[in-house]
Amino acid sequence: MLRLPAAHRQAMIDHAVRDLPNEACGLVAGPLNGDEVAAVHPCGNDDASPIVYTLNSLDFLRADRAAQAEGMEVVGVYHSHTHTDAYPSPTDVGKAPDPGWHYVLVSLKYDPPVVRSYRIVDGEITEEEVVVGDA
Amino acid sequence: MPVEVRLPTVLRQHAGGQSSVRANGSTIGEVFDDIVRQFPLLSGQVVTTEGALHKFVNVYRNDEDVRFIGALSAPVADNDVISILPAVAGG
Repeated sequence: MLRLPAAHRQAMIDHAVRDLPNEACGLVAGPLNGDEVAAVHPCGNDDASPIVYTLNSLDFLRADRAAQAEGMEVVGVYHSHTHTDAYPSPTDVGKAPDPGWHYVLVSLKYDPPVVRSYRIVDGEITEEEVVVGDA
Repeated sequence: MPVEVRLPTVLRQHAGGQSSVRANGSTIGEVFDDIVRQFPLLSGQVVTTEGALHKFVNVYRNDEDVRFIGALSAPVADNDVISILPAVAGG
């Protein structure tokens, strides 16, 4: 399960729309091993591409420091699919860096956009429930 | 020279769960050698068996990507902070 405050969910969607026609990507921070998204950190896509992304590593460093300063950790990544479903692509699975992370997909294929979250462990995709809250 | 090395969550299991460790060396490569001496399970996780940085990590010396300052040969000074970050990409 991923507890995702509505404002953070909207921040991901806004970022995805802002970066069209390219894919947008960013990091989510929260308590280590927790289910809660406490902060969203939009990052640059070094590929500037509508079909692939490489998250800018200096943006990662800054997000990591910001999370540490608040006693949190980077616990996941979000990125957009501009014309396909909110489901991890083979590339997403192949490059998934951390089995402990949440992998959030924002699909702009639909209006309104769709946000879903997954775990990716040893190449296996498991969807997790996204609970959108007010906090 | 003692530096702090910040580990990403995915590698902490190989370092007793610590989020950062202290290590010695005058270059990034020496610092990583020292880390592997302390935590042998980290062997092969950051530096390949061919002796290059793995493509699925990014390493920063303070605010600088070490790939642009000599990679494993980049010098380190007392109290530098070395950050190992997973490369994050997809499609």
